[in-house]
Amino acid sequence: MVDSPPEQSAARTPAAAAPEPRKRHALRAAGLLLAVGVLLLVCVASIAIGAKAVPVADVWHGLFQNSGTGNDVVIRDVRVPRTVLGLLVGAALGLAGAVMQALTRNPLAEPGLLGVNAGAAAAVVTAIGFLGVTSITAYVWFAFLGAGVVSVVVYVLGGSRGATPVRLALAGTAATAALFGYVNAVQLLDSAALDRLRFWTVGSLASADPATIGKVAPFIGAGVVLALLIARPLNALEMGDDTARALGARLTRTRVLAMAAVTLLCGAATAACGPIVFIGLMVPHLVRAITGPDMRWILPYAAVLSPVLLLGSDVVGRVVARPSELQVGVVTAFIGGPVFIYLVRRKRMAQL
Amino acid sequence: MKAVKAIRTPGGLSVRVDPRAALVALLLLAAALAVAVVLVGSGDFPMTPGEVVATLLGDGTPAQEFIVRDLRLPRVLVALLVGAALAVGGALFQSISRNPLGSPDVLGFGQGSTVGALTVIVLFRGDAFATAGGAIVGGLVTGALVYLLAWKRGVHGYRLVLIGIGIAAMLTGAIHYLITKANLVDATRAVVWMTGSLDGRDWSQFWPLLAVCAVLVPLSLAYGRPLRMLEMGDDAAYALGIRVERTRAVLMGSAVLLTAVATAAAGPIVFVALSAPQLARRLTRSPGPNLAASAVMGAALLVVADWAATSAFGDRRLPVGVVTGVLGGVYLLWLLVTERKAGRI
Repeated sequence: MVDSPPEQSAARTPAAAAPEPRKRHALRAAGLLLAVGVLLLVCVASIAIGAKAVPVADVWHGLFQNSGTGNDVVIRDVRVPRTVLGLLVGAALGLAGAVMQALTRNPLAEPGLLGVNAGAAAAVVTAIGFLGVTSITAYVWFAFLGAGVVSVVVYVLGGSRGATPVRLALAGTAATAALFGYVNAVQLLDSAALDRLRFWTVGSLASADPATIGKVAPFIGAGVVLALLIARPLNALEMGDDTARALGARLTRTRVLAMAAVTLLCGAATAACGPIVFIGLMVPHLVRAITGPDMRWILPYAAVLSPVLLLGSDVVGRVVARPSELQVGVVTAFIGGPVFIYLVRRKRMAQL
Repeated sequence: MKAVKAIRTPGGLSVRVDPRAALVALLLLAAALAVAVVLVGSGDFPMTPGEVVATLLGDGTPAQEFIVRDLRLPRVLVALLVGAALAVGGALFQSISRNPLGSPDVLGFGQGSTVGALTVIVLFRGDAFATAGGAIVGGLVTGALVYLLAWKRGVHGYRLVLIGIGIAAMLTGAIHYLITKANLVDATRAVVWMTGSLDGRDWSQFWPLLAVCAVLVPLSLAYGRPLRMLEMGDDAAYALGIRVERTRAVLMGSAVLLTAVATAAAGPIVFVALSAPQLARRLTRSPGPNLAASAVMGAALLVVADWAATSAFGDRRLPVGVVTGVLGGVYLLWLLVTERKAGRI
């Protein structure tokens, strides 16, 4: 993508502290494998735990030999789609958060906080309330439109050169407030729309089915690939405009591609299960503590660990409020809020 | 600064008056009252402004007396007070956070009140009075929480704003959850409440609101000067002899209470707290909190918005919060653009 930065400057962790580049790479790769292992465990938990607990042996049975028992039906038609959707959406939100934090050089950038999800929500509400759209296929396009417009607007108004975290967060919050005001207004004018939308705006994986997954998967897949491809230019971007330009990075192209990735990822994720906040904030911070600042490691780690958090939250939501369940959007808000406050209260707002 | 006249009484009391600010406040007050009269006159039983004034002075027919006194006047008075209370709360917060966007709706107090009220509506099926109580408790608890979490050897503007945003995001999750818990009738009631509405307000809402405003608005005005010092930064304010944390705690408490009471009376009406102080500041062209001008600006904005909401859409009487929401969105974009150019946010 970009001719530079050269290998040694790209790994710009403090060289003195690093034992040896090759050893560090091996460690990080091992960590990534471990993360994948954790993800598999969470997937099994997500399939096994729920309103009806299924023993692990039966989970295996349901996955590989469909003999039509009650457990098999639950697993195949409910739990597996829900888990797969959680994987996709989790990866999408985590990657979008990591890309946004790099793009804005702002530790508090997060699609949910910056109003991107609210933009997608407002567009979907318009589609449901005024245009009579009911299919998820059409939602996706409206969600892209809303996510794209809002991410550009918030970035330009609050985030481009020289933005402080406060300014960006304020621009996003204000946009979110305005957009959710609009969402409420549409719901008031049409109580049928309210009934459909109130379950969608909370952020939930409960309505997952294979058709939805089929529709959003290509977009999320494209977004994931795009995000991973621009890891190197994003590294350059984080060094600041002047340094990046001196290193030969194409700033505008990188920014446009990064915005496109964020729009694809957030739009598809929001269309599929409503606005979910804080995943994109928490995971990149956690990952950066493990990997250091190199985007080529941050992005894959975020793609693996975000679904761990999302599916874990979903499982928690199914267990804590039995017999009903807590939507995953509520659980992530309540896990993410304290993390956000911790980040804000830290000694200095960590610069990327 | 511009010409500021000091009026000194023989007793040694001196009041500093900015003539332009005073003029702006008077004109806004006149505008607010004029729209209020029009609002009293509009509805299914229309009355001319002359008839309204005559009725208010005691010269109306019994039917007019009933409609004005019992039905429409309390609604309009509630609108004026709610607008003023929200605007003063917003002006205080914007000064304390030293940020033109640091208003209670952004900082989570609106959401806190909403969670309190929705808890009452959805989980306890409470009446309007209990809902108002829930809103006040929710707002106060949120205010205390944000203040304590933002506290770290003093409260600084940016930390206050960011903590508020974090809390607001959590509360939004709780709000959406409560709405999914409700049946459709309660959910509709909850969404109407959340949007902010003045429908069916009567004297029982007006008197508590008046009592709180009568105490807190003068208190806030009395702290206007220390607050202006506080805007220069904590160090400068200390050097000028201001008790920084005490002033900030008193004013935040006052702002939270004003916001919570206004929200209890009419729901979380968005953007009045954000926009009224900014508009007032632009009209008076005076730095500082501009509390008096903000208060009348807020009152004027809310009656105009309510008049638009009830009459601009034909038969469809929308809740006032829809209009302030839409106007607020447009205003916000403008604010972000101009403030960005000026480098203030």
